[in-house]
Amino acid sequence: MSSEKAAHIRRLLDTEREAVGENTRGFNQGRYESLGRLDKAEQYREQARAIKEDAIERLPELVEEVTETVEENGGTVYVADDAADANEYIAQVCADRNAETVVKSKSMTSEELEVNDHLESRGFDTIETDLGEWVLQVAEEAPSHIVAPAIHKSREEIARLFTEQFDPDDPLESAAELTAFARKRLGERIREADVGMTGANFVTADTGTMALVTSEGNARKTVSATDTHVAVAGVEKIVPSVSDLQPFIELIARSGTGQDITSYVSLLTPPMDSPTMDFDDDTALSDRDADRDFHLVLVDNGRLAMREDDQLRETLYCIRCSACSNTCANFQEVGGHAFGGETYSGGIATGWEAGVHGQDAAAEFNDFCTGCSRCVPACPVKIDIPWINTVVRDRVNSGESVPLNVLVDGLTPDGESDGPGLQKRLFGNFETLARAGSAFAPLSNWVAGTRPAGWLLERVAGVDARRELPAFQRTTLVEWANGRTAGTDGTGSETNRRVVLYPDLYTNYVDVERGKAAVRVLEALGVDVVVPPVGGSGRAPLSQGMIETARGNAADVVAALDSFPERDVVVVEPSDLAMFRSEYDRLLSGEADSLAERSYELLEYVYGLLENGADPNALATAEESVAYHSHCQQRTLDLATYTVAVLERCGYDVTTTDVECCGMAGSFGYKEEYYELSMGVGERLGEQIPAEADHVVASGTSCTDQLDALLADDPIHPVELLAPGE
Amino acid sequence: MSRGRPMTAVDQFADSAATDSVTVTRVPADDTADAIANAVEPPAVGVALPWDDVALPDEAERDPSTPALEAARTGVTPAAFAVADYGSLGLAATPDGSEPVSLYVDRHVAVLRAEDVLPDMAAAFDRLETAFRETRGSTILATGPSATADMGALVTGAHGPKEVHIIIAT
Repeated sequence: MSSEKAAHIRRLLDTEREAVGENTRGFNQGRYESLGRLDKAEQYREQARAIKEDAIERLPELVEEVTETVEENGGTVYVADDAADANEYIAQVCADRNAETVVKSKSMTSEELEVNDHLESRGFDTIETDLGEWVLQVAEEAPSHIVAPAIHKSREEIARLFTEQFDPDDPLESAAELTAFARKRLGERIREADVGMTGANFVTADTGTMALVTSEGNARKTVSATDTHVAVAGVEKIVPSVSDLQPFIELIARSGTGQDITSYVSLLTPPMDSPTMDFDDDTALSDRDADRDFHLVLVDNGRLAMREDDQLRETLYCIRCSACSNTCANFQEVGGHAFGGETYSGGIATGWEAGVHGQDAAAEFNDFCTGCSRCVPACPVKIDIPWINTVVRDRVNSGESVPLNVLVDGLTPDGESDGPGLQKRLFGNFETLARAGSAFAPLSNWVAGTRPAGWLLERVAGVDARRELPAFQRTTLVEWANGRTAGTDGTGSETNRRVVLYPDLYTNYVDVERGKAAVRVLEALGVDVVVPPVGGSGRAPLSQGMIETARGNAADVVAALDSFPERDVVVVEPSDLAMFRSEYDRLLSGEADSLAERSYELLEYVYGLLENGADPNALATAEESVAYHSHCQQRTLDLATYTVAVLERCGYDVTTTDVECCGMAGSFGYKEEYYELSMGVGERLGEQIPAEADHVVASGTSCTDQLDALLADDPIHPVELLAPGE
Repeated sequence: MSRGRPMTAVDQFADSAATDSVTVTRVPADDTADAIANAVEPPAVGVALPWDDVALPDEAERDPSTPALEAARTGVTPAAFAVADYGSLGLAATPDGSEPVSLYVDRHVAVLRAEDVLPDMAAAFDRLETAFRETRGSTILATGPSATADMGALVTGAHGPKEVHIIIAT
């Protein structure tokens, strides 16, 4: 299974990576720029979120209201229980119209229904008119992106496809020639069409108005050229009123493809009073009737059950803008043909696929979400997409087979009642490994580093043998800190701060040097530091979907740190700080609020000390150049700027990277099926590190490991540059 | 923009609407017919303009049939309103076929009254909500020409106009 997956990923890296990467990175960059120009972006996100929360809460009532409104307008509403129900209704509408040809504008919901196949089987010629969708229809391929479906195809491939399929009179080469060819050909099909089918980005309950967000004009033609309009929309697309559309229209294109707005936002209240068109009739348009049939097909297909599911409900707020795909480092490498299920792709697809196609459909690709969290600030309706992925992973885990043997039980004493399989258990129980590895170091490292051990780990647990495993230290940070005389007593110094340095698993057992450097830096700035024995934050099990184990870890950490109520908590590893500030709220239902408030990222804290009068000359300063890669979750928490500011105040000339993630992402890059993808993501990072930099530094353990693999440069944590000698 | 004079909504609209594929011309109401005549490329069709002091010139065939529209290079329509900060036009779908006339052509000439330029989307949606609740009408918010990037590069004129000429009657 995993080698099959690795082969599939390898094939996509060879074929689709370049086109997908170029396009998604372009969209992502456009998103930053376009939203940067929108003063009220954050306010609109809040509004959009509130409108969706309210609409989903009142969904049954809104379905009733929109039904009444559309019927009052002269249209028909059909609420379809599932895909088969919807397809049968649509086929009946086409049959009643005596239709031969159905033209369609782009709709992911119609992809979910697979309505084209159904209509074709009933003898209706069904044609996609969105150019990207049409390319895929001709090529008989599936969309690789929810907004730009043919994103994986290059201009050259499309030219080849059209030439093979249509044998055009003139050779087709440029994008303009291809577009003109498609426009002409599709224009003929639109001309003869009887039924026009569209999706709907939003439907308003007050007036029965649907909003279609498009750029080509094909949706407009699909409606205007035909006398029968079928609009297919998930039930979750209903919003209460026309003015509710505003924040969404401000955000949707900016968040998706990075345009401020698309060419056409069609606000249609069907049946429209625009005249129907007959391409053979010389009657003036103004004298023709506006005699149109309109059918709004509202699709349930699992959505009402999602609404009852406390964990999946948020998925229904999704407006399918594709921001979570475009911002995702893994998606940028492989696109929706790997990071996607039966219909949907990208981070939010896990929620959609689990809800509409079932958990197995989501299980296929759920692992591609590493929890890096870069989609969280990108989502215009503020969906916690990594959490949905974690929950679904946990549910999928319950179905994985667990090998029952003593070795496994001994190494994985977690809180999971059933599942997950061995690979996830091994990574989820990193704390146990680290403790044992440290106790038996250096012997354990020699053994783990040998070829037979590497072979065994790969065969049994899927740990890629090409990765260097973490080397555990015999003396942990906690042991080191407790075995020495503190360098300073914070009381009486100008800062008067007292701190618990949280000994995260990596700093405590593996990268002890950065922990020591952290203690030295804090003490040099007059801070009283203690490093008590506190367990893992739960990040490792959480990343494997082991929520109960993570919850237990979280409770233990909160209890341990509660013994130091008078001290600030300083965290080296950004992914653990993100646990304290974000995930603990979910895991412990708000009981970790005080920890969230008094915990700081290490360089954020140092920055605060310097701002409050601490002397930067107490640190090691140097006029040298530094290439700095901040951690994904640190970026999401908006904390990267502090590290840059502190390094600059200490004399360093800093260049930063702008890739969304290093590609290692905790255990992800160690898994044999994802190794090549992980290195593919890393390659982008490697390209951004100037070769002439005096130092390469990174805040996260994963990032330093990845940079080490990429550059063989042994990168360090920024605090190690700043630590004064002892 | 000239210094000392605050930027009006019309200034802002003209600024945000104008691109390589969109021109914006401001003329007194009396000169609008000439400005339209200058902007059309024959054959041209159009729908009646809903203002007494602004007329459709003879260069555009009024009330076209579907075949005449299909053969036309230019379509002239009114714009019900515009949105200053986005450079968007509000094109109402009306019984005279204004919506298809703005779409099935290579060049769309849109005629707009200066007083119908709204500052932002919030104002546009307020206006639309009030109107739709009463009329159950339909409006296209059109920004720039029809465009696609599906063929490997940005191309205008995917299914609709390649260029848009906006004439503002002041």
